Amino acid sequence: MKKSTFLVFTMPSFIMMTLFIALPLLIVLIQSFQFNQDVLETIERENCDPFGCKTETITVPVLDENGNKIKNNIWVGFQNYKNILKFEQLSSVISNDGFEWSKIRSIDFYKALRFTLTFTFITLPFVIILGLILALCVNVLINRLKGPIIFITLLPFIITPVIGALSIKWLFIGDGILTLFLENILDKDIALFSQGWTIEILMLFYRVWHTIPFAFVIFYAGLQTVDKEKIEAAFVDGANRLQRLRFIIIPHIMPLIVFVALIHLMDSYRVFDEIVGFSASGFRISLQWMTYDFLRIDDSGTRSIGRASATSVLTMIGIIIILIPVLRRTFKEQKEKRL
Amino acid sequence: MKKILVLFAIFTSFFFLAGTNAKACELNNSVPVTSLSAGFDAWKVVTSAMEECGNFTPTLDQEYRDKLVASLESNPSQFTMAGVSASTNVSVLDAGVTRSLDDLVAKYGDSLQDNQKIVIDGKIMAIAMMTNAQHLFYREDILSDLGIDIPTTYDELLKAAKVIKDAGVVDYPLGGTFKSGWNLGEEFVNMYLGFADSFFDGNMPAVNNNDGYETLKMMKKLTEYMDPEYLTSDSTYVQQQFQQGKIALANLWASRAGAMDNAEESTVVGLVKFASAPKAKKNGKPASTLWWDGVVIAKNVTDEEAEAAFKLAMVGLDPANLGANPEAAPWLSNAFDPAPSNIGAILTAKSGAAPYPASAKMSTLHGVLGAAIGDYLTGAATAKATLEKIEADYITAATEKGLL
Repeated sequence: MKKSTFLVFTMPSFIMMTLFIALPLLIVLIQSFQFNQDVLETIERENCDPFGCKTETITVPVLDENGNKIKNNIWVGFQNYKNILKFEQLSSVISNDGFEWSKIRSIDFYKALRFTLTFTFITLPFVIILGLILALCVNVLINRLKGPIIFITLLPFIITPVIGALSIKWLFIGDGILTLFLENILDKDIALFSQGWTIEILMLFYRVWHTIPFAFVIFYAGLQTVDKEKIEAAFVDGANRLQRLRFIIIPHIMPLIVFVALIHLMDSYRVFDEIVGFSASGFRISLQWMTYDFLRIDDSGTRSIGRASATSVLTMIGIIIILIPVLRRTFKEQKEKRL
Repeated sequence: MKKILVLFAIFTSFFFLAGTNAKACELNNSVPVTSLSAGFDAWKVVTSAMEECGNFTPTLDQEYRDKLVASLESNPSQFTMAGVSASTNVSVLDAGVTRSLDDLVAKYGDSLQDNQKIVIDGKIMAIAMMTNAQHLFYREDILSDLGIDIPTTYDELLKAAKVIKDAGVVDYPLGGTFKSGWNLGEEFVNMYLGFADSFFDGNMPAVNNNDGYETLKMMKKLTEYMDPEYLTSDSTYVQQQFQQGKIALANLWASRAGAMDNAEESTVVGLVKFASAPKAKKNGKPASTLWWDGVVIAKNVTDEEAEAAFKLAMVGLDPANLGANPEAAPWLSNAFDPAPSNIGAILTAKSGAAPYPASAKMSTLHGVLGAAIGDYLTGAATAKATLEKIEADYITAATEKGLL
């Protein structure tokens, strides 16, 4: 292809990517090194409300001639990162108490990181293995049943994540139907939302339930391309079901397994919906939830854009680190294929 | 054909009903007006009266504070008017997004009382319509059956809770708005003001002290008598717990008192009574804060829109309208007697509860409190570590905002 033709064809997507991916990333990166402050002044103000009048000394934003807040971006170096990672507090905890988790978790970032990592890596094998089993099962069904079964299996994936999380919460919270049912069977008072680990299990369960259909569909599509002759040959050679699976089917759909793992790692590292849906923030928080919490406007009408950007950058770095092994594998395979 | 006729009849009757409704308002509003406010009963009473004048679209949203400043800041403003509370009023004031109402009050505000005018440095910036406070709700039947006096201090409340628990008459003796975030922060603020007077020394926090420690300890003692899922329990949840007869005592918002006798939802009609918020110390003040809710008008709208909005607001806040729904809130109007359900708020104010100390630094601290206390209540952190974390987190956030 001529260089100019190549450029013309790729230019639209290049422009789009710059505009919608590179530029926002750059802005977030810049913001993470800044404090976004209002210019403030301390004044005396007389305030009369239904409870009486009083004059108080308060700090308020300075307004410009149009009556808008004057915003200031101050370069602060790594201060936002320091405020999140709190290395000093961490090292003092470790030097005083050793690696004691109950003390370390009082720093929000490590608490969030712990949950995010557990969430990501515990759900991964469940999604892949259960998705594969489901695909294998559906694959051997008679043709008439396949359509309806595939449709039903896909349902959890179709539900909007927050709605799904809310419905599971309402099933299990306080006097939810399933809690009452379990209490009846076990003859015990059950409160799943009164401690962290039960909510965590519910969140893990929910994510696995929600993502299996995705893995299933991909794997099921992959199974349609398995070479039937190879399977028959293996059958003739006396390979049992498990051996056929291990030596023929799995190697054949390996690229798909890597693909599902890649997407799932990226998705679940950004866990957020579950924390909101299950009102879990009192017990468990994730890195994305921290970003959201910093971005939320408080009663004084301000938000922590600096720290929000810094957590975003840290989340991005985390995703890249997690994906490196998977990406390296794919890269190597591509190279081998070319050779 | 028959079906079509029936449908047609239904439709026309709707129009007819709508037509009669519109006549309930004497004002014929021709300028489109929108509003953003919280969604509790009082706002429903006010906004539905305003809707009858036509061309008015209210947005009732319990999480309205998340979008309040941003939506009024835009030009033109996304909402003509907004419902604010004592603390959200500070955020719109600080951002300078609301207009002074002096002219409009002079022109159309005859029905307003002086204590409804929120005056900042001599300018009327908001019109208050009601007060609000968290105060004691109790099941009169349960207390009298068990021979318990109405608790006036938190120690008495704990004793009462123990008796109720031992008697096993309800699922949980206490309810509480302990949902992590704003609600939990507010619980700390209430209790702390029962022990101490001030949260700050200048702009520096001053809660890492014995009063803070006592506050945390008391909150933890209360949770032992609550539904163990208290960290997810907000005002609506506690209201429902009462309505379904699951709890006997709670410190709940006055704006929720009317719902106790709502026969459509409540199984305990007439059984829930109200008293002042209990005191934290025997001779102290009630552990509660006084709030007001009211109306502001955006700066970034035309004068014509602002005028229409104010006229509508006066219809909503008309003593006749409020007087028809006295149980919905402790209205500020003197034109009618308060409903029995307002007695708790009145008693709380009379026993000397402090107004919520609304300011930018308080909002910052409130947010920090709401996020940090959960770990202490669940036992994941000690009281000392929690108070230190509150102080450190506040300093981080306040430094970032330029308050320190």
